[in-house]
Amino acid sequence: MSTTADRPAQEFKVVGSRPVRHDGVDKVLGRAQYGADVKLSGLIHGAVLRSPYAHAVIKKVDVSRAEAAPGVFAAITGNDMPVTAPRLVDMMEEVTNLKWASERVMAHGKAVYRGHPVAAVAAVDQNTALEALKLIEVEYEPLEAVISLEDAMKPDAVIIHDDLVGDHLGEKVPHTNIAEHTRTEFGDPEAAFAEAAHVLERTYTIARAHQGYIEPHSSTAFWSPDDKISVWTTTQAPFGVRSSMAAVLKVPLSDVRVVPTEIGGGFGGKIGLYMEPLAAVLSRKSGRPVKITMDRKSVFDATGPGPGGQVTAKMGVDKDGKIVAATATIRYMAGAYPGSSISAATAGIFACYKVPNVRIDAYDVVINMSKTAAYRAPGTPQATFASESLVSELCETIGMDPMEFHLLNAAEEGTRRPDGPVFPRIGNVACMEAIHNSDHFKSELGESPDGKLRGRGFASGYWNGGGNRSSVTISVNDDGVVSLVEGNPDIGGTRTTIAMQAAEVFGLPAHDVHPTVVDTDSVGYNDLTAGSRTTYASGQAAIEAARQVVEEIKKRVAMIWETEPENVSFEDSVFQNKVAPDQRFTFKEAAGKLGQTGGPVSKTGAVNVRGSGGGSFAAHLCDVEVDPETGKVQILRYTAAQDAGKAVHPSYVEGQFQGGAAQGIGWALNEEYYTSPDGVMQNASFLDYRMPTALDLPMIDAIVVEVPNTNHPFGVRGIGETSIVPPAPAVGNAIADAIGVRMYQTPMNPSRIMEALANKRNGKNGHQG
Amino acid sequence: MATVFLSIPLRRYTGGEASMDVPGATLRSLVRNLEERYPGIAASLVNPEDADRLMPGLGAIVDGEPANMGLLTPLEERSEVHFIPAIAGGAIAGGAPVPERDGGGRCG
Repeated sequence: MSTTADRPAQEFKVVGSRPVRHDGVDKVLGRAQYGADVKLSGLIHGAVLRSPYAHAVIKKVDVSRAEAAPGVFAAITGNDMPVTAPRLVDMMEEVTNLKWASERVMAHGKAVYRGHPVAAVAAVDQNTALEALKLIEVEYEPLEAVISLEDAMKPDAVIIHDDLVGDHLGEKVPHTNIAEHTRTEFGDPEAAFAEAAHVLERTYTIARAHQGYIEPHSSTAFWSPDDKISVWTTTQAPFGVRSSMAAVLKVPLSDVRVVPTEIGGGFGGKIGLYMEPLAAVLSRKSGRPVKITMDRKSVFDATGPGPGGQVTAKMGVDKDGKIVAATATIRYMAGAYPGSSISAATAGIFACYKVPNVRIDAYDVVINMSKTAAYRAPGTPQATFASESLVSELCETIGMDPMEFHLLNAAEEGTRRPDGPVFPRIGNVACMEAIHNSDHFKSELGESPDGKLRGRGFASGYWNGGGNRSSVTISVNDDGVVSLVEGNPDIGGTRTTIAMQAAEVFGLPAHDVHPTVVDTDSVGYNDLTAGSRTTYASGQAAIEAARQVVEEIKKRVAMIWETEPENVSFEDSVFQNKVAPDQRFTFKEAAGKLGQTGGPVSKTGAVNVRGSGGGSFAAHLCDVEVDPETGKVQILRYTAAQDAGKAVHPSYVEGQFQGGAAQGIGWALNEEYYTSPDGVMQNASFLDYRMPTALDLPMIDAIVVEVPNTNHPFGVRGIGETSIVPPAPAVGNAIADAIGVRMYQTPMNPSRIMEALANKRNGKNGHQG
Repeated sequence: MATVFLSIPLRRYTGGEASMDVPGATLRSLVRNLEERYPGIAASLVNPEDADRLMPGLGAIVDGEPANMGLLTPLEERSEVHFIPAIAGGAIAGGAPVPERDGGGRCG
């Protein structure tokens, strides 16, 4: 691990250190309470009957036999759910139309994906509930399932939603599966292509891939007789669940309290509603708290993976290798309801480059599979697989070193991002230089001792990151230890990184700030834990609260010293009278005097911060070895460099780089939904859905680049997502270097490698998917 | 005077013009001035349920960052404003809300 900075950093005492995480002991000892650990007095258990068809009219659902079965307390169907008017709700990484959000959690007359809930029961235990599901009678009229882009977009396509009106460049188009067609355009790409020395166009196909979080979804709800609803759920967005629940169930927002449990991974997949409203309605019917926990198959069938799709990318360069134009057509499959991150894909696809003439068309297409969800840098890894694979092949075509090409064309401060906005100070070039200077880059690839083929690939990537609203409350205890209350579920060590930023202000050790994640009634509003925003934005709320605490304590010690607060300084955790310098209190000493000087000190930092200062760029270098007899790809060495602005806890930053790289490598090499023609996933288990394990990967070297973000007092950037963006093209480019043939489709699994090698032998270029 | 960049669907109000200089101390006043110059455009920019907010699904980028205060976002003299689609979406037929149902109502 190493760190590189482009200028002398601020002096920090806590930020940049590596304390043990506050929640570490609970998690290591198994005491942390995850969704399925929730136990309440009178708790009963729910189970969900899911559609076996990807597309079917539900002609009849009869739950009467199930409801009458011994041990069953309640059964519900779509008729028990309120019908919600169409209205968009912005949840930052996802915008949800409430009507479709409601229909997604329980089918209303039509099942539009395999696994779509059709009915649910609550019983004394889970086995009884599962047995009761067998007593539910459902009459379906199966319809033709639409599960490919081609079928969804053809002129005579089977239409999934009769009420969907597409927005095609501003035109309202009924009777379509294309929910949206957008276009971004600057300059004149056609004229520039005509003048270019070299032009290359390729089409890439990317499989849908699941976030693969370890913890399945689990939600418990209690609808009390006074119409207050409490929900314990594994979510990245407790306040989003609160507002969506209120809207879907048509109850006042403040009557819903959401308690976020510990979360065993989310990666964007735990933002939307799934079983929370079902548990609540079952609770209302039964009068008991109801818990519903998904099994792994339901997670794959019925929750949102990242979208798959197809991207056609074209790039033209002049005789020196300078980009003159680029275009792309992005087609993503959103799943059963619209919304597949095409805007983020548009922002990200050429973001690493200066492109003077650009046009990007993007299509959001519905198909009969579960609605996709945000997945770590939503929409961007897929698009970047296309752009960075194209750049690599273009470099090969014109005989230019890829690193030289990247540096010649790199976006920097003042570059206009292809979808419009101008970058502030960013770390794009610094990341490439970090790779260029790395031991990995300087090392020889070497020969395989047993005839395998080795190659090296490079790719860069970008994710913007978000800011938005956060609230943190800090209270000072008599012993000088500080309690910090926040509302963002901790999916990446954010308890500690938020606490460390407060500790930096106080000059206290990180462990003298005790962070707690609380429910929606116990802290001010917080946007979701996503968008690489939590350390960046909630950290600023913590800094704001801590600064208010310091100012209040200055008033208190001024009272003791009989001076004005303006005469009190605070540095290195010591309050000092500037007029009488002998008068000093450490923070802890001052904390012991709060009771006698006006009572407890408790302050809230509530912020709505701007975006993450141009985002975080990354550059990845990958060495592979390909077995030409089996097509197996082994990652030999992998280095990820990324701009963190200022790494609050470098171990967590490195962990994010490594985790994102591992997920991206899985997407590149193995992960996909094997789906039958009628829309049924054939590999809905971790046995058959092949994610990489520690045995599959080498140590991933992380290089932390620090180009400070001027939007944050300590220079911090959000870093959680960019690391999943470059791996697929880095791996693909390494494979191409190894076997001499290009791959245009993920996953680049053994069968596709073997097919590509066979094509090469037959004189064709690569695997066209 | 801020420089405004419009996404392609919004250009139907401007005769195809992609960018223009428009005065405004906030996004809201800028939109007001845009509407004066290009009648009808505000209906595509402003949330019909809340005049202080952007249309759901539409994003505004001010000087390179999302406008996190919506239409109340302050502008500088030489700010650059982009109105771009924030999400994929599509709409539901008719534009009118579907009839709502209480779903069994509240307890008690």
